[in-house]
Amino acid sequence: MFDVVIAMLPVLAISIYFFGMGAIIVTLTAVVSCLAFEWLIQKYMLKQEPSITDGSALVTGILLAFNMPTNLPIGIIIIGSLVAIGVGKMSFGGLGNNPFNPALVGRVFLLISFPVQMTSWPVPTGFSNSYTDAVTGATPLGVMKEGIGAGESVSAIMDKIPSHMEMFYGHMGGSMGEIAAVALLLGFAYLLIRKVITWHIPISIIATIAIFTGILWMVNPEANADPLFHLLTGGILLGAIFMATDYVTSPMSIKGMWVYGIGIGVITVLIRVFGAYPEGVSFAILIMNAFVPLINMYIKPKRFGEIKND
Amino acid sequence: MLKTFPKGGVHPAEDKYSANNAIETLPLPKTVSIPIAQHIGAPSKPVVNKGDKVKVGDKIAESAGFVSANIHSSVSGIVVKVDNVMDSTGYKRPCVVIDVEGDEWNESIDRSTDLKKEISLTDKEIINKINESGIVGLGGATFPSHVKLSVPAGKRIDVLIINGVECEPYLTSDHRLMLEKAEEMLVGIQILMKALGVNSALIGIENNKPDAISHLDTLVKDYPGIKVHALKVQYPQGGEKQLIKALINREVPSGALPLDVGAVVHNVGTALAVYEAVQKNKPLFERVVTLTGKSVTKPSNFMVRIGTPVTDLVEAAGGLPEDTGKIINGGPMMGKAVNSLEIPVVKGTSGILIMPADLSKRKKESDCIRCAKCVSVCPQGLEPYLLNKLALLEKNDKLETGGVMDCIECGSCSYTCPAGLPLLDYIRLGKSRVSQIIRSRK
Amino acid sequence: MSSIILFTIISLSAIGAIAAIILYFAAQKFKVFEDPRIDQVEENLPAANCGGCGYPGCRGFAEALVKSDDISDLYCPVGGNDTMSKVAEILGKAVEAKDPLVAVIRCSGSPEHRKRENSYDGASTCVIVSALYSGETACQYGCHGLGDCVDVCDFEAIYMDKETDLPVVIDDNCTACGACVKACPNDIIELRKKNKKDRKIFVSCVNMDKGGIAKKACDVACIGCKACVKVCAYDAIIVENFLAYIDPVKCKLCRKCVEVCPTNSILEINFPPRKVKPAQPEGEKENDNNIINQEG
Repeated sequence: MFDVVIAMLPVLAISIYFFGMGAIIVTLTAVVSCLAFEWLIQKYMLKQEPSITDGSALVTGILLAFNMPTNLPIGIIIIGSLVAIGVGKMSFGGLGNNPFNPALVGRVFLLISFPVQMTSWPVPTGFSNSYTDAVTGATPLGVMKEGIGAGESVSAIMDKIPSHMEMFYGHMGGSMGEIAAVALLLGFAYLLIRKVITWHIPISIIATIAIFTGILWMVNPEANADPLFHLLTGGILLGAIFMATDYVTSPMSIKGMWVYGIGIGVITVLIRVFGAYPEGVSFAILIMNAFVPLINMYIKPKRFGEIKND
Repeated sequence: MLKTFPKGGVHPAEDKYSANNAIETLPLPKTVSIPIAQHIGAPSKPVVNKGDKVKVGDKIAESAGFVSANIHSSVSGIVVKVDNVMDSTGYKRPCVVIDVEGDEWNESIDRSTDLKKEISLTDKEIINKINESGIVGLGGATFPSHVKLSVPAGKRIDVLIINGVECEPYLTSDHRLMLEKAEEMLVGIQILMKALGVNSALIGIENNKPDAISHLDTLVKDYPGIKVHALKVQYPQGGEKQLIKALINREVPSGALPLDVGAVVHNVGTALAVYEAVQKNKPLFERVVTLTGKSVTKPSNFMVRIGTPVTDLVEAAGGLPEDTGKIINGGPMMGKAVNSLEIPVVKGTSGILIMPADLSKRKKESDCIRCAKCVSVCPQGLEPYLLNKLALLEKNDKLETGGVMDCIECGSCSYTCPAGLPLLDYIRLGKSRVSQIIRSRK
Repeated sequence: MSSIILFTIISLSAIGAIAAIILYFAAQKFKVFEDPRIDQVEENLPAANCGGCGYPGCRGFAEALVKSDDISDLYCPVGGNDTMSKVAEILGKAVEAKDPLVAVIRCSGSPEHRKRENSYDGASTCVIVSALYSGETACQYGCHGLGDCVDVCDFEAIYMDKETDLPVVIDDNCTACGACVKACPNDIIELRKKNKKDRKIFVSCVNMDKGGIAKKACDVACIGCKACVKVCAYDAIIVENFLAYIDPVKCKLCRKCVEVCPTNSILEINFPPRKVKPAQPEGEKENDNNIINQEG
């Protein structure tokens, strides 16, 4: 678990660089409240020995913070933590038993309950000490969605938003954890080197999205954004690297991981391109989380010396 | 790119402390207790009584069926009793206890050390000789060797595989044998090839023993048909099925034996024992045992008479270290902790490992977080987390369809589990329940 | 607005009514005949579903009772004779009254009496220990103390005593379903006849080693000395494999064997305290038994 925390540090550093105090306050609030809720629920409601030292609530807290804009009122962050830990995790019996990623449960709950606050992203200005006063704006993904909806051409919209290079190192509006592709990839590399995760889930998600959006883009480049734009914006990398790979809620076999990853990729693109929300990664992951028990039941690893019955 | 088996496996720290220490002959013990059940199959029937005088190499217990093996006295002396004595199974089992007097060998044994190359016996005679000499698989499984060599009608064997992998960390007995008794071993392999009627034999050795590989590579030039293959270090490559897959890329079907894919696997130690039995008429009564451990003063490889108490080995290696936490019979992965130092060395004892206290405690158990590490390391492609749960819930039918009988008990799952769950313990429990059900079905 | 509500109510009621009609016909069509006596019998069973009768659950047992002609072999240990006579009445079949039984733990090897020689830190169930080796003590027959019996008990009739590391049966809760007997890998637990006032005399040991070895492993082991056999006036005690066994049917609870046992391996439970004889300095033993009296 602590390897995951280390892998998230570059992302945290970049968000602090762009969003300043806001990033620090949001992260601290989410982490502290997640740990506190886990401890309180285990101690007083489930009467178990608290296990907050295992680091899972810490990871949930940071992930939850990564999924929030940095000017979110503290009360909302605490509600999100309560839903993530209380509903997303503890109600199913704690670590290892939750079917859905707790941080995503928290995020989606907030997105539906507080849509305005959750989608007013501060514009990255470099390190600042202000918290709630930051200027807010839409994410490139939002601008794109709105623009296409209003009938503008992609190339026209592209001029209004940061270039791909700027997006790569994180100079754009968005939730604090999803902006900097470079930091996310750094974390991915670390997780792979430490063998915390295998490459199958992230790569299958990214590849699916790239191929799917690539086809749409080739069909009509003026009505659909290019694949790179899709991969660099929104929470695809954050979701693929840190949230879809959550041990508890992902399949056990390699083949199952492919199915799961491709499923997430397809659903994400469907929501982004055809749905009402500009962003769909969190919904896609939650939907595929629900399929994981089914995947585990029917997609088994190939046995050594397996005898074919048919 | 070195060959290895494709699925699963782990690579624990090797810690082969005794790899450079030549085999020493352990001084004769005062008494030996020789269990009558040292092999897979029916326990042998003792043919000596209290008060009998025996010589080294005399038969003291007779094979009790086809899958069984003769047992020979490892010392000369007087039989004190035939009684239950604690052995490496952790239970008191019938043993022949002999008080040692001198070292008088049975006259028929050729004690000269010169290499005898030509093989005068026919294939039938060889198998008989091996059966007579009580040779069993010395890699640890102790399956009677003559059974493996008696190929049933209708099956064709085309390759003999010699297991010099020694994938268990710490253990070095096979490694030393390959360095010190290579010629004898190669003749032994030729004898085995003749018995099986095959023209080719492959010796699989993991790449962490480069000296053994190069030594054998130069020697095999004089032995047609034998080839040495270096393999990538990967546990459990020493498992029969994994080794066959790694060397000749054939997959032994679930529930079948290696001979179903035309291969027979023998250990390097077995090959040496075969040489000694066939060429020197020496039955199996001694073997090489590694005594090692992180804090052992003098990690060693000993030539030990069967039945010697483990404490003699420990003394010869400089005594029991102060920080001893666990004494393991076998390697750290598949070996088993022993509850007494008085247990005798048996045919299947490849090593005694003394673990310091800080390394011998199990991890504290926590909940399974479904990280799938056990699934990815299982060399048999099973789902240990699931089998563990099913065994706990006694869902025996699901255990069977889940392939619990394919488990080779390598322990890779327990080794890798970050939650410290005793996966293998429960899988083994489920396996024994399922095998009972399968047996009752017949 | 009100029309919407009205429409909703009407349409939902209509759907409900149609579904009810379909279900009714489906139930008629696919009806399976079942002997109504099965339900009647099942109502009289304790509904513990413990499997103590040898059938999967109370329903399975009820079916077996109704189907078989001779039910004298079938017995519900939980419900006991009352239940069986009620069942017999419903079915018009004969049952024999059986002695009620209770589980007893035949091992007294607490750490005080039986030294722990090594420590086990593997999976904490007795079956796995016994598959691996003879256990933490020199006695390979005795209790491993990891509580497999406690885990399988459906009636909270057994618990582990933390001081002695041995299981203790709560006689009032024990239904003699036999789950613990099956669970114990060392066959320590026995179902014995339940006597008046829960009195019990039994050999609390299953060690089949020779006397010397048994005694060395455990202070309170049966050493097979046959002293008890000699004093027993009812031929109730037999010694086989250096282990005494008291036949619960023949035993008249005279307590003579308890007095002569040199290792105190025969226990008397729930008896009134004896008059202390000045010649026998057995105060310790009396105390031991008193402790057990309180627990039992």
